[in-house]
Amino acid sequence: MEAASITGKPLAATTPVAAVRAFLGRYGLIILLAAGPVYFAIHDLLQPSHSLVKLGNVLVAGISNGAIWALVAVGYTLVYGIIELINFAHGDLFMIGSFVGYGMFGTLGLTLTTGTLGLVGGLVVTLIVCMLVCASINVMIERVGYRPLRNAPKLAPLITAVGFSFILQNVGELWLGGSQHGVTDLIRGSTHVINLGGVTIDRQDILAVGLTVPLVLVMTTFISQSRLGKAMRATAQDPEAARLMGINVDTTISLTFLIGGLLAGAGGLIYALYQTNIWFFQGFRAGLIAFTAAVMGGIGNVRGAVLGGFIIGIIQQLSDNRIHEVLGKNFGSEWTNVVVFAYLILIMVFRPQGLIGEETREAG
Amino acid sequence: MAALTGMRDTLADFRRRRWSGLAIAAAVFAIAWFLPYLYGPLDNTLDTAIYAVAYIIFALGLNIVVGFAGLLDLGYVAFYAIGAYSIGWFGSDWFTEAINGGKSGIHVGVSGQAAHLLGIHLNFILIVIAAMILTSIAGAIIGLPTLRLRGDYIAIVTLAFGEIAGTVALNGDAIHIGKFTLTAGQTAISPVDQPNLFTQFDNALNLRPYYWLGLVMIAIVLVINFSLRDSRLGRAWIAIREDEVAAASMGVPLVRTKLLAYAMGAALGGSAGAFLGTYTQAINSTQFQFSFSIFVLAMIILGGLGSIWGTVVGAIALSVINQQLIPTTFHTAPHDLFGLNFTASEISFGIFGFLLVLMMIARPQGLVPERRRKLELTEGLASDESLYEVSA
Repeated sequence: MEAASITGKPLAATTPVAAVRAFLGRYGLIILLAAGPVYFAIHDLLQPSHSLVKLGNVLVAGISNGAIWALVAVGYTLVYGIIELINFAHGDLFMIGSFVGYGMFGTLGLTLTTGTLGLVGGLVVTLIVCMLVCASINVMIERVGYRPLRNAPKLAPLITAVGFSFILQNVGELWLGGSQHGVTDLIRGSTHVINLGGVTIDRQDILAVGLTVPLVLVMTTFISQSRLGKAMRATAQDPEAARLMGINVDTTISLTFLIGGLLAGAGGLIYALYQTNIWFFQGFRAGLIAFTAAVMGGIGNVRGAVLGGFIIGIIQQLSDNRIHEVLGKNFGSEWTNVVVFAYLILIMVFRPQGLIGEETREAG
Repeated sequence: MAALTGMRDTLADFRRRRWSGLAIAAAVFAIAWFLPYLYGPLDNTLDTAIYAVAYIIFALGLNIVVGFAGLLDLGYVAFYAIGAYSIGWFGSDWFTEAINGGKSGIHVGVSGQAAHLLGIHLNFILIVIAAMILTSIAGAIIGLPTLRLRGDYIAIVTLAFGEIAGTVALNGDAIHIGKFTLTAGQTAISPVDQPNLFTQFDNALNLRPYYWLGLVMIAIVLVINFSLRDSRLGRAWIAIREDEVAAASMGVPLVRTKLLAYAMGAALGGSAGAFLGTYTQAINSTQFQFSFSIFVLAMIILGGLGSIWGTVVGAIALSVINQQLIPTTFHTAPHDLFGLNFTASEISFGIFGFLLVLMMIARPQGLVPERRRKLELTEGLASDESLYEVSA
């Protein structure tokens, strides 16, 4: 890898081919990402109705879904930034968050007839429980499965992560069974709140974005301002130097998993309320999508993960709702996985460092 | 005590000779060959053994990519799918409409009943060759975008390809190329031809021919694996695994070497996929899941990454656990032992997950570790691969 880049650099932009390659390397991903919305916007404007309402509604749904992916993606990116591990179990942790939320609705007796005050109070309690449960599980997994393998080859913790992913999936399957499970639409999610010339913003959209943005802001402020956050960034940059400066590296890594778990729990609850449908396998797909988001933004980079989450959400909704317009009526939302993973592969080819840039040791 | 030491010396002396490994292998193979006579022709144990045989081939293929070349491939299921669909396409009446308008079929080297059916019907050996060609092309295509990437990114890209393959298999009834429909969608392509090599195979009457066919395939695959490992190419793989930059600067062509690893690992997976496809008699699109990739990966990890005999041991162990112990022997154990209201089959995922974690923490080098890797793990020679050196 390094060898190739040493010989590759002086040649750049001397020939037309190299110039094209440099251009694609820099802007390829952005062109790739803009292609979908731009295509549909032009397509819709050329229709007799000249209306962008349909596209607008898809974008709104994409942003709300993206908020959920952003919460999960931050967990991936934090963990990767600090110990360079793809935490495969993270998606399933998110699933556990959804399940805990569902369980709490039952425990607290929240139903459609619950009063507004009770409902808001109940949801806040549920949110806190979801976040705490997921955070403790994540910290525990790190303690049992990853910490003993700090000095082992990289493959080892990756495989324990897959192992924990399987265990969590199995827990979910035993908990609520193998099929999809409906969740009461407590917030009456599809009630329109705002109408912008036909583009409607519903309660569920406000819930998703309204919870995600403050959570992410608190978290980024914590990382950039607090002493512990500084310790996290120092450990991510150079663990050995951080340790020499008196930072307790193990505690800092636990803290990273704690934060990742908190956000995954919140994401899980929002997902349950938004989709009103949960199952034990949701975490696998969510995990891959969120990881794609993290890579898209630049792994290790928190702002990148959030941006990537929103972008992936939009791609996914565009594909879900409108793929048949491009590929024919035989193709529906079941092909979204292929679209998202194709994007993942293309990102890896064009711009493995992501949109904003990696913040890991290997990237330097 | 002296007698014991003497015995150990004799044993060590025996092992040191070149032919001893071959002799042991031949003896094991001979025992394995006559094993089916201990059981009835349709015995459940034979069924487990045939799955084990198929999984050994899968695992040996994946071992080339992950064990030898050190490229973590989490999308191995793609090659199982392509191999299985090879027999679905070239050994069934799936393309009845597409071939000669459904009036006659294409037959190459088949006799008996299959020679009169519509669609494409090739001899099993030809199908295996076709599967290997298709999968090695697919393997190289999957390998291409990963060439510039580092370790764990390779895992994700291959995983993405595996998921794409699974989704395409599941929804391939939407894809038509001319009159050819890619897959049967949610349903299965079934039945497919049973091999006709020396005798007409029939899994409703006698499972033994399948077992023997699998053994022959394993023997060939083992010879390929051993000669590859000791060849120039095999040493190049190990060099890349140990240190890519050093290997490149010593003149190892990275692109070609890596792509060959992907292609060869994929080809073996394709042959096993075709074998398993014809044995199960149904190319069912729902079986091409991520868990399959992990299942095969767990085999080579259990046995010891890069170790050929370890891979065989790991594949046998996990096949027996998956086909015999979980669904039959210990099926009711959670209830009988702990009074829990679920069966062992329901927690098979969890059991495998637990095994993976346990193995990594307790014995990361595997049951039969490769000598070189054992050194790395015990002496920490792989420091440049490790996360970092701070440890409490």
